[in-house]
Amino acid sequence: MQFTEWIGDARNIVFLVVAALMTGMAMVVVTTRNVVRAVLALALTLAGSAVLFLMLGAEFVAWTVILVSIGAVVVLFLFGIMITRAPTGRDPAGLDHARRWPAALVALAVFAVTAWASVVAFGDAPIAEGVVRAGRLGELLLTRYVVPFEVVSFVLLAALIGGIVLARKDQGP
Amino acid sequence: MTVAQFLVLGALLFSIGVYGVLARRNAVLVLLSIELMLAAVNVNLVALGAYLQDGVAAGQIFALFVITVAAAEVGIGLAIVLLIFRNRASANVDELDLMRW
Repeated sequence: MQFTEWIGDARNIVFLVVAALMTGMAMVVVTTRNVVRAVLALALTLAGSAVLFLMLGAEFVAWTVILVSIGAVVVLFLFGIMITRAPTGRDPAGLDHARRWPAALVALAVFAVTAWASVVAFGDAPIAEGVVRAGRLGELLLTRYVVPFEVVSFVLLAALIGGIVLARKDQGP
Repeated sequence: MTVAQFLVLGALLFSIGVYGVLARRNAVLVLLSIELMLAAVNVNLVALGAYLQDGVAAGQIFALFVITVAAAEVGIGLAIVLLIFRNRASANVDELDLMRW
């Protein structure tokens, strides 16, 4: 497919804008020296992924990302930062390891291999249109996927109880 | 829209997350980078689900499960970081050598 043909589709322009925003914000997450700014950049990255889900016809997943990830997880991170007194100032030297180049090299290798593999495997296969409604997803969750659904709710319950038990102050003898 | 463009974006976000996990010292920031990697995986899952168009919406259901497990992981992970900080007054991953032999 020619690039001019590809860019002629308005959805691909939206995709490019969202992808550029997500990439930039992800870079901010891993490089900034301000911890709170990193968390807010993560929230923007997740919002970009929600836009992508809407483009792909996954309405319910998009709203779940906004509710759970942006709403709950980001707030949880902010609390964690406040409580552990992670250095929130501008300075702190101790946020990164001294040797970043090996890490960058590994990340670049991971990107090269996965991107090459997906381009080779899929070429320019188009994505079919189609929206999966929330009602359909709910039916599937309570019929075909009911066992994994119950298991994952149990995992969530165990994690919440574990979090409370770990984080509370000991009041034993 | 092609599948490959979403998969390449997912690969890019995932590798940025890998860099963050490897380069960050503060445990909270390592957890943030893990969250980034999980978001990249979600993009991949939903894109492949839209490509396959199977009747059971497997990609989206898996993405929902990943979101749930990510929330559980953040809850537990932050509680552990909090506990370590309380005991050792530091949340830097390179100072946690309790289990090193």
